[in-house]
Amino acid sequence: MLTIDSLVKTYDAERARRRARTGQAGRVHAVDGVSFEVTEGELFTLLGPSGCGKTTTLRAVAGLERPDSGRISLAGRVLFDGAAKVNVPANRRDLGMVFQSYAIWPHLTVFKNVSFPLDVLPRGRRPRRHQIEERVGKVLELTELGAYAQRPATKLSGGQQQRLALARALVTQPVLMLLDEPLSNLDAKLRESMRFELKRLQRELGLTAIYVTHDQSEALVMSSRIAVMNEGRIVQVGKPREVYTNPSTRFVAEFVGTSNFVRATVVSTQGGQVTVDTVEGRLSIHGALSAPPAGSEVLVSIRPECVDISVDKPDAAANQWAGVVANRAFMGDSVDHVVSVGKLEIRTRANPTVSIPQGTGVHLSIDPAKIMIVPLD
Amino acid sequence: MAATNVPAHTGRAGPVAAVAGRLRRLGTGQGLLVTGAVVIVGYLAVVPLVYLLHDTFTGNSGFSLHAFARAYGGTSQSGTMMLNSLRFAFGSAALALVVGTCLAYVQVRTDAPFKGLFFAASLVPLIIPAILYAAAWIFLGDPTIGLVNTLFFKPLFGVSPVNVFSIWGMTWVQGLHLAPVAFLLMAAAFRAMDPSLEESAAMSGAARRTILRRITVPLLRPALISAALLMFVQSLESFEVPGLLGLQNGIYVFTSRIYFVLRQFPIDYGSAGAYAVGLLAIAAVGVLLSGWLSRNARNFQTVTGKAFRPRPVELGRARPWVGAVVIGYFVLTVVLPVAVLVYASLLKFYQAPSVNALRTLSLDNYRKVLHTPLAFTALKNSLILGLGSATVVMLITSVVSWLVVRTRVPGRRLIDTLAFLPIVIPGLVLGLALSFVYLRVSLPIYGTLLILLISYCTRYLPYGMRYASAAMGQMSRELEESAQVCGASWFQTFRRVLVPLASGGILAGWVYILVVSFRELSSTILLYSPGKEVLSVLIWEQFENGQFTVLAALGVCMVAILVTLVFIAYRLGARVGLQAGSTS
Repeated sequence: MLTIDSLVKTYDAERARRRARTGQAGRVHAVDGVSFEVTEGELFTLLGPSGCGKTTTLRAVAGLERPDSGRISLAGRVLFDGAAKVNVPANRRDLGMVFQSYAIWPHLTVFKNVSFPLDVLPRGRRPRRHQIEERVGKVLELTELGAYAQRPATKLSGGQQQRLALARALVTQPVLMLLDEPLSNLDAKLRESMRFELKRLQRELGLTAIYVTHDQSEALVMSSRIAVMNEGRIVQVGKPREVYTNPSTRFVAEFVGTSNFVRATVVSTQGGQVTVDTVEGRLSIHGALSAPPAGSEVLVSIRPECVDISVDKPDAAANQWAGVVANRAFMGDSVDHVVSVGKLEIRTRANPTVSIPQGTGVHLSIDPAKIMIVPLD
Repeated sequence: MAATNVPAHTGRAGPVAAVAGRLRRLGTGQGLLVTGAVVIVGYLAVVPLVYLLHDTFTGNSGFSLHAFARAYGGTSQSGTMMLNSLRFAFGSAALALVVGTCLAYVQVRTDAPFKGLFFAASLVPLIIPAILYAAAWIFLGDPTIGLVNTLFFKPLFGVSPVNVFSIWGMTWVQGLHLAPVAFLLMAAAFRAMDPSLEESAAMSGAARRTILRRITVPLLRPALISAALLMFVQSLESFEVPGLLGLQNGIYVFTSRIYFVLRQFPIDYGSAGAYAVGLLAIAAVGVLLSGWLSRNARNFQTVTGKAFRPRPVELGRARPWVGAVVIGYFVLTVVLPVAVLVYASLLKFYQAPSVNALRTLSLDNYRKVLHTPLAFTALKNSLILGLGSATVVMLITSVVSWLVVRTRVPGRRLIDTLAFLPIVIPGLVLGLALSFVYLRVSLPIYGTLLILLISYCTRYLPYGMRYASAAMGQMSRELEESAQVCGASWFQTFRRVLVPLASGGILAGWVYILVVSFRELSSTILLYSPGKEVLSVLIWEQFENGQFTVLAALGVCMVAILVTLVFIAYRLGARVGLQAGSTS
C-alpha cells in the first residue's frame, strides 16, 4: 500500500557541523537510499539506534521533512517524487501521526484536541457538529478517555496523554498511521501494557501503521515486520522471528537481543550441517540458512538463552564447553552468568531458579540448531 | 530589562526547626546580617513611596487632593498628556513586539542566514543608552537636517516627510530601542515551545494559516501578553525619548511632564507628585497584570518528556530575501545610529555629508570633551556609582535571596515582595520620591553622590534579586548541609560554600547592574547637583545647550566604555556559564 523508493535525505555541512562532532565533513546522509513497502493491515517497524535515520524516514512519509530524492506513494497516490517535483504538504496527506512528545495542545480540552483534525477539514468534507461529537466520542471511548472529554489536556497523566495522542490520530480514520516512538515516555510497567493495547487496537481496527522505535523488545512484540536500520540504510527486513533468529549481519544480531559472538573457520558444509572451528574447539551447527564454503571465516552468534548451564556434566555429546563462572547477574525474570571458557567469555541466560556462585566450574552445552552463522563484516 | 521575565525562583522545603532555631539567636553574626539585609531592603523600597504618597496627598491643612486638582484639572491639558502617554506607550510596545516577535521566529524557527546579527542587534539596548539612541535619530530624522530627509527623500521625492519630533517619531525610536528586549523574550518563548505541537496540527490536516491562528498564536499568547505589558510599562516610564524628542514641540507624556513641572518656578512639588502617583498606578497595574498572567501561563506547560530537537523551517527560495531583511534591520537599527553618532562627533556643526563637510572633519569635539574638567568628574562619578550600586545590591540580594529561597523564616514572602517592589517605580518617580525624603530628613545626603547611590540601589534591587535567587535556587541543598555537617558555622557556610557556588549568577547580576547604572538618567536627572554630574547627565546638558556635536563625541566615548563593559561581561559569562553548568 505504501511504497518507498530509494529515499535520500542529507543535511548540509553547516548544520552537520553543529549537529555532532562526528568528524564527518560535507553533507551528512540522514537517510541513504531507503526502499521498502508496507502492505495493508501491517504494523511495519523501523528499528535502529538513535541517529540511524528511522525518524527522518518517518517524517519524510509524514511530509514534515523534504527528502532530496526518491519516491513515496500511498495507495496509488504519489506523495513525494523527487524527479517529478511532487511534494504533497503534510496537511494534505491525510495521515495520522503520534509524536514522541505526544504534542498535546495544552490550550485545548481533551475533546477539542481530538476534534481538531475534523474541525480543520475543508468545508465540503467537514462533518456536521453532531457527527463530529459522535465520532470524537467514539474514539474517546475506544481509548478509554470518555470520562475526561471536558478536561484541560494538561490535566491528564502520561498514559492518558499517550492515549489522547492516539485518539487524535485515529479520529479521521487515516489509511496510514505513523507512530514515532509513542511509548518511550512511559514508565516500564505502563509501556508493557500499552504495547498490547496498541497491538489490540491495530488488529481490531485493521490499521496500517509505521512504527518507529529503538527498543528491540517493543519491535519484536508488536510488529508484523521489522526493518532494522543503521546509518541511514535498511540492513534487514523480515518478520520479528526471522530477524531475531537469522540476523543477516553482526549489527542486526547485536542490536536485536544480546548475543555471544565467536570468530570461527568453516571446516565442512553438508546441506544445512556446518562444522566450524573456534579458538576453544569445534562447534556443529544444524539448519544454517547460509552455507559458506569450507575454509571461510565467519562469525558464530549464540543467544545467551540458547546456552544451557549446569554444574554436572550433561550427557549430550555435541557442542560442549567447560568453564568457570566469572560473574552472575540477577535480572528478575532470569539469571545471567558470564562464563570464562578459555579465551572466550560466554553469557548464558537461565531461569531464576538456577544460580551458580562465582568461581564454580560449570559445563555449557549449546543446541546445534540454535547457533547462527553471521557473515564477517 | 530582559531579566524581568525570568520566572521567580523556586522555594525549597527544609528543616524548619533548625533554621528557626538558628534564627532565634539573633545576636549572632548571621542574625545581624539577616536583620540588616531586611532593614535595608525595607528602607530602600518603602520609605520613598511613603514620602511620595504623604507629600502628594497633604496640603496646607492635612489630607487634600489639591495637588491632583492642580495637576489634572482645568488648564493643565492633562487629557492630551495622558492621551499622548498612552499612544506613545501602546505604539512603542506594538512596534517592539511585532518586530521582536518576527525576528524571534526567524531566528529560532527558520534557517535564515546571518543569525549572528540577531545576537549583535539584541545588545543594542545595553550598549546604546536610550538618550544616545534618541540623539542619533535626531541626526537621522530631523525635519530639516536629518540625513533620512536630506539624503533620501529630498533628492528622490523633493519632500522631507520624516519628522522625529512627533509622536510618531518618538514611538519609532522607543519601539526600535525596545525591540531587542521583545526579541529576547519571544525567542525564549519560541524555544520553549515544542515544534511538534505545530507539526501535529499539520498532520491533522490544518493549513499553515490555520496552524498559526489556532495553535501557534494561542500557545504564545501568555508570552505575548506579558511581553506586551512589559514593553508598555517600559515605554511609559521612559524619560529619555520623550525628553529629547517630545519637549521640542510640546508633546508631553507623564515623565516629561514631571520633569517640566520641576523645571518651572516656583516648583510645584505637589502636582509633580500627583503626576508621579498617576504614572506609578498605571505602571503598577501593568506589572501586576504581567506577573499574574505569567503565573497563569505555567498551566500551559505540557509534559514533553524527552528534549525535542527543533527543526528549522526551510525557507527555500525566500531565504535570500529574509536574509536581506535581516541585514536591512541590522543596518537601520544598529549601523546607521552608531555611524551617524561617529560622523556627527567629527563635525563642527551638524550637516549632511558633502565634500565640504568631509573636509572639515576633525577630532575637535573629542579635544573639547577631554578639556572639560567636568567630563572626568562625570566619568569618575559614573564609575563609582556603577561599581558601588552593583556591589551593594548584590551583597544585599545574595543574603536576602538565601533567606527567601533557602529558609522558611516567617515573613520571607513579604521580604521577597519588598525586594521586587521597586520594579513598579519609574526612575523619574523614584527620583522625585527620594528628593521628597532627603529634602525633609536632616541627613547630609541630599546633594551628595550618596543619594544617587541610594536611588540606583533601589532601582536595581529587583534585578539583583532575580540573578541571586536564580543562582541560589539551582544549587543543591545538600551542598550547604554537608558543609554544616563538616562543622562549618552559618557564616562560614555562606561565605565558603554558598557564595562561591552562586558566584556565577551573582557576578552576572553584578555586571548587569554595573552596566545599567553606568548610564542611568531618569532618576539622576532629578537628584544630581553641580559637581555630582554623571556621564548621562552631561550628555543631557549638551542636548539642552544645543551642543549636538559635542554630545555625539561624548556619546561615542560612552558607547565605547559600555561595549568594553559588555564584552568583559560576556567573557566572564562564558566562563561562569560553564561553571554554573558543572555545579548544578
